[in-house]
Amino acid sequence: MRLVLVGTSHHHAPVELRERVALEKEAARELAARLAEDGREAVVLSTCNRTEVYVASENGEAAEREAVAALSELEPEVESALYRLRDQAAALHLFRVAAGLDSLVPGEGEILGQVRVAFELGTTGPLLERVFRQALHAGRKVRAQTAIGESPASVSSAAAALAEQVFGDLGGRTILLLGAGKVSEQAARNLRTRGAEIVLVANSKTDRAEIEERLAGVDVVIASTNAPGIVLDAETVSRMLARRRGRQLLLVDLAVPRDLDPAIRDLDGCYLYDIDDLEEIVAETLSGRRKEAERAESIVAAEAEKFHEWHASLDVVPAIASLRAKAEEIREAELRKADGVLGRLDETQRGAVEALTAQIVNKLLHLPTVRMKQAAAAADGVLYAEAVRHLFGLEDER
Amino acid sequence: MAELLFWPALLLYGEAAVGYLGEARRPGALGRAATWGVRLGWLAQTALLAVQAARRDGFPWGTWAGSLDLFVWLVVSAYLIWGCRRPYRLLGLAVMPLAAVLLVVARAGGGMATGEASHYSNLFLVLHVGLVLAAFAGFTLAAALSALYVWQERRLKVRPASVLRLRAPALATLDALALRTVAWSLPALTLGIAGGAARLVYSHDRVDALVAVTALTWVVWAAYLLLRWRAGWSGRRAAYLALAGFLLVIVVRLALPASHFS
Repeated sequence: MRLVLVGTSHHHAPVELRERVALEKEAARELAARLAEDGREAVVLSTCNRTEVYVASENGEAAEREAVAALSELEPEVESALYRLRDQAAALHLFRVAAGLDSLVPGEGEILGQVRVAFELGTTGPLLERVFRQALHAGRKVRAQTAIGESPASVSSAAAALAEQVFGDLGGRTILLLGAGKVSEQAARNLRTRGAEIVLVANSKTDRAEIEERLAGVDVVIASTNAPGIVLDAETVSRMLARRRGRQLLLVDLAVPRDLDPAIRDLDGCYLYDIDDLEEIVAETLSGRRKEAERAESIVAAEAEKFHEWHASLDVVPAIASLRAKAEEIREAELRKADGVLGRLDETQRGAVEALTAQIVNKLLHLPTVRMKQAAAAADGVLYAEAVRHLFGLEDER
Repeated sequence: MAELLFWPALLLYGEAAVGYLGEARRPGALGRAATWGVRLGWLAQTALLAVQAARRDGFPWGTWAGSLDLFVWLVVSAYLIWGCRRPYRLLGLAVMPLAAVLLVVARAGGGMATGEASHYSNLFLVLHVGLVLAAFAGFTLAAALSALYVWQERRLKVRPASVLRLRAPALATLDALALRTVAWSLPALTLGIAGGAARLVYSHDRVDALVAVTALTWVVWAAYLLLRWRAGWSGRRAAYLALAGFLLVIVVRLALPASHFS
């Protein structure tokens, strides 16, 4: 059984092309089902950064042709941007994808869920079941054993991570939004997914007194107005601090020019970050992710090697099964021949003879079985399987 | 036997201290190794204390060095309750070097020996010394939490680009944990002091420096709780007060050689 991968990603195709081959869940399920006809297995992984078709088939060439044709049907221009991988290379690619190592932002976590969904929607059998389960395992292992996914990869997630560094659990924490730019909305959304609550979105028409009133109670202020100058000065914040009874205040200034007075930094219990601070933090964490990616690559490579050993062993499994069946057949035939003598034995004695002969067969076949599997992993599996078939006369049993 | 157990305990605590230093530079394997160092070192020290207890028919930690040995064990025990969890690994940087150094000091002072005989009953010694030392261990942990708070607060103010690469527990969490730890420790110290005071009165002994500074320590930590609960103290101010309280703990444990149990 061959594993075939045909696909395109942000490495090979611009977004204009990728969006034309991107598939909704139902369409991905249907395509997988169509490609899995004639006893094949198929999974279609489609995200905003990639569309990939995984097929398991006895005939790798034909499976690849059909996968290419299916994607070209969606968009003929995509053919030149398609990559085609087989067997171990395809598995390694999938493991890297699941671990987030092939993502635009190394280590991003969303892809693992997308791989899981694609697997669930696919038409799978022994090979794809194995390779996808192992990919999910590799993805989880990378996240558990490295810090690749721990650091924020965007300004908005950095703001949320900073809030967690100040407040811990963000459940019940409150946010004041000054202005509503795209990045500040993303930052607020990130905070809300962690349990924080927006209490006021202030714009130029919002009453100043209301803003100051809210300032006395909120935990996070995110500012991104288009105002030409400072919107919130240190004096106002200082006045509010007396009412806060020592509660910390995180202020995130995403505006250029800045909305928040830099002198706020000097106030006790106030932590002010502007856009430059956040961008420096993100650059640092991304560089940290790249370092962690080296460790993640070795984890993924080890998993890919395990898969290779298992996949290669499939080449010798039929020969091993035939050999064992033949041995069992001989054992039973010989026992039948000796039935005249064995018939005089009682049940216990007969059971002992059965067990003894079965044990001899198992012990004799154990080492050849292990050696064949080892040879399969080293690419000599087919030769060994042929030799075993020839030596034991198993040709007719294929 | 106690000697044999002392060295593994010291080496493992030392390994943990170095490991946590490595964790601060690059989070990961060194932090995990340090955590195991704490666990195994604690087991070795527990065995050491058990050997000491078995060797002598009575309370073996009544001496200055012996009680320091027990104090180290209590500090590490308190840290083990939740300190080995990943977000709190950096706390080990404040606790484990101190534990390793104090263990060496305890040994140098003869803390691995059997201990001197005391005219006080074992029950009294267990309650009085045990409660006071447990409270001091709690204060030490609270001070470590406060030190971590001050360090983390400074980082958040200074805004280094690496502020999110090396994650420490959140400020609010550290603040709350320090308060909770003191809230558990102060009643233990109160009971320990009350027991000691009753005995003092009963036996017509004099108030020595150890008793006086221990009482002063109680006052500082009681003020800590009062200021936090009544005056709304929190954050850096409370952390500095906790560190000041810890200085008194150090004075009681190290600078005052007197032992009033013999």
